[in-house]
Parts: sequence; C-alpha cells; structure tokens
Amino acid sequence: MSPRLTLATARRVLLQLRADHRTLVLMIAVPCVLLGLLAWIFNGTPVFDSVGAPFLGVFPFVVMFVITSVATLRERSSGTLERLLSTPLGKGDFLGGYALAFGALAVVQALVATGFAIWVCGLDVAGPRWLLVVVAVTDAVLGTATGLFVSAFARTEFQAVQFMPAFVLPQFLLCGLLLPRDMLPRALELVSDFLPLSYAVDAMRTLTTQVDAAADVGRDVVIVAAFVVAAIAAGSLTLRRRTP
Amino acid sequence: MADDQTAAVVVDGLRVFRGSREVLPGISLTVPRGQVVGLLGPNGGGKTTLLRSIVGVQIIAGGTVTVLGEPAGSPGLRSRVGYVTQDASVYSDLTVRANLTYFAALAGAPRADVERVIEVVDLTTDVDTRVDRLSGGQRSRVSLAAALIGSPELLVLDEPTVGLDPVLRRDLWALFRRLAGEGTTLLVSSHVMDEAARCDRLLLLREGRLLADDSPDGLLARTGAPDAEQAFFALIETEGAA
Repeated sequence: MSPRLTLATARRVLLQLRADHRTLVLMIAVPCVLLGLLAWIFNGTPVFDSVGAPFLGVFPFVVMFVITSVATLRERSSGTLERLLSTPLGKGDFLGGYALAFGALAVVQALVATGFAIWVCGLDVAGPRWLLVVVAVTDAVLGTATGLFVSAFARTEFQAVQFMPAFVLPQFLLCGLLLPRDMLPRALELVSDFLPLSYAVDAMRTLTTQVDAAADVGRDVVIVAAFVVAAIAAGSLTLRRRTP
Repeated sequence: MADDQTAAVVVDGLRVFRGSREVLPGISLTVPRGQVVGLLGPNGGGKTTLLRSIVGVQIIAGGTVTVLGEPAGSPGLRSRVGYVTQDASVYSDLTVRANLTYFAALAGAPRADVERVIEVVDLTTDVDTRVDRLSGGQRSRVSLAAALIGSPELLVLDEPTVGLDPVLRRDLWALFRRLAGEGTTLLVSSHVMDEAARCDRLLLLREGRLLADDSPDGLLARTGAPDAEQAFFALIETEGAA
C-alpha cells in the first residue's frame, strides 16, 4: 500500500460525491429523519432515552453499508476497476481510499445525527456525549467496511441491494435491540457474539445507563474497529487483478 | 532470448477459456517494438481476450505472455503499459481534468502531463466539462488520454476508433503514427478493415486462430487481393479448403 495512492483515491471518491448533491443530502438527512420519527413515536414516554442511542449507532451503519456496496459495484461494472487494477494502484490502496473517503463522510453524518438526537429530539444519556459521537462514527465506518467487503460478492446492482436484508437485518435482530442478548436462546446468543453490530449496540446501551462508561465502551469500540480492519483486509483478498 | 530484446510482446502457446468455451486455443505471436500493430478480425474472434491477456488482467489456462521482457501483469509493468478498454472506462461524474489528474497521480506522472495529454487528444476546450456531458467520441478520447499519461512504452488499445467520425479517426491514426515515431509500441484492435493500411504490421484473428501475421503489403502480395478486407476473405477460403 502507498499513502500517496490511497489519498489520491480518497480525494477522487470525495470529488465524485461532491458532484452528487442528492446523495449527500440523503446521507446526512436520512438518519436524522429516522431518529426524529423514533423520538416522536415514543413522545411522552421514557423509551426514547433508552433506545435512542442504540438506534443512533444502527442508522448510520445501515446507510453507509448500502452506499458503499453500490459505489464499489458501480466501479466494477463501469470498467474503471479493471483499468485501475492494470495501473500501479494496489488493492489495499483502492479499498483504503474508499474507506477514508466514506469514513470522512461518516464523521460528518455521525456528528449531525448525534447533535440532532441530543438537541432536537432531547436524547438524554448517562455517559459523556462525546463518546456517543465516537461510537456513532465507528459504527458508520463499520458500515463502510462491511459494504466494501460484501460488494466483492455482488455481480449486479440487484444482488448488492439484496445484501442489505441478507447481511444487515439478521445482525439487527440479534444485536440486543429487540431482546437483550443475554436473554436470547443460547445458540443465538453465541452467534451474536460474532456479529459486529452486537458490540456497537452494547457500547450505546452502556452509554445510556452508566455515568462512568469509558472503559466498557472503549473495549466495544476496539472490537468494532477490529471488525473494520478485518473486513477491509478480507475485501482486498477478494479483489482480483485477473478475472475470467 | 534475442526475441525478448527486440519484441514488445511475445505470446507463446496462449490458451484461454471463457466459461467452458476455449476462446484462444494456443496462439503464438510477436509484436515488434516501436511499431503500430493492428489486431483485426470479426467480433467474437478473441481480440479483447488476447489484449486482456497481454495487459495481465485475464486468467489464462496455458502458455506464456512476455511483455517488455517481463511476464504479463508483473508489478513492474503497470506503469509501462497503457490500456484502453473498449468502453470508455473513466469516471462519468467527474470533469475531464479531475479524471486525468487522478490517473496522473496513479501513474506517478507530473501535473504538467495532464495538460500535455489534453492537448494531444484535442480536448482543451472541454477540460472542465463533466465526462457524462461529452459526446461518445469525446469520451473515448478522455479514456485514451488517461492511458497516454506517463508516456507508457506499450499502448494496448481495444477498438479506440469505434463509433468515431472519419475526421477524428484520421486524426487518431495520425497520433498513433506520431507516438510510434517517438518509440512507443502500439497494439490496436479494430474490426474496420480499412484501418489495416495504416498499420506497420497486421494480425488477423478469427475464432481464436491467427490467420495472418504480416505487413500490409506482404499480406496483399501473398493473397493477391486488392485490399485487406479481400485478403481476409481469401485467407478464410484458403483455410476452409485446406
């Protein structure tokens, strides 16, 4: 990998996104609209304070997953990926460039969504607010990294879109939002131990209830970050310079 | 091998399957340095597969492909070989300059090279236009410009003149001649036979087999045909009779 080529790729992806205003608006606005809807549903009850933070982790994850998986597929079908892989650009540079560019957007998205949840929806958590931002950003980057990984297995746009329910919804069901993970049937609890979104939601739940949350949340964030690195490494293994 | 010193590309016994179909059943050929070599033949004859093998993005079943003295696809070749795919493979949502600036960064070429190639392909008035607002001919010139960045020693061009008007085609062939004069080797595929006369050497490919590897004059003399198209038909008939 070369930092120069990775940064050049990140810059190019950001330039492409800047040209697509509608996508930018959707990326920033959709998590806020969903959080607002959630707060409204539970208006007048204490429920939003307990589920608001976990959802703040889930929404950016889903949005970034979908956008990233489609973006890299577009690169594949337009023939630009084949051209790139015949240049000195490394596979790690390609994925790293995408991860950096979408990661930068994820930071903006998570900052806006967290601000919206706190100041507009009145989300109140026990732990420090800056940690809320850290976890939300990590979750959004996790969405980017898994999106990059699964896009290697999609040959068409239809397949890429199907990966959302196939890859994201099972994690959503098992991550502890519907039922705390320790109350799941034993087999499912074990499965959920291997799913990254479980740790993302665990971190948010800890933040919701504990004032002194930094140590526990830090451990969860490190685990999620490890999944990010693993997804990008696995993604670069599935990219092939030579194709049939 | 003395051949490797003088030849830009040496293909020996290359076999390629796409799906269960054997597209190239063991083909051997040589592309000399500093020449414009035309790869001609009907669609579906294996031209793109051969070019992809030379660039090193095709999975091959057997044989060897040596490019500029190294095995095709070697990391060292990636900045020495320029490849233009059949469809313009550039970013349609970026401007011409943004596209070329990115490819210059990948090739490690100086920024001045961007301005140079823009002039070479005659896109100076459209540099700040998004590629998806350009005509098809302009788009394929952007794709060509991206391959010219860094002045690679070998240019592999897959049907670069398809869909272009006659004036533009003439200009592009003049450009190819000029590049060859400066020492660049060009391997250009086409299914338009009248482009054959503009090449130094011709490779006629049909159903994965090489019907001819000759100079345009040599081909005409051998077949007694008035032009490349007639020569091609004559070769098909000879092969059918044999």
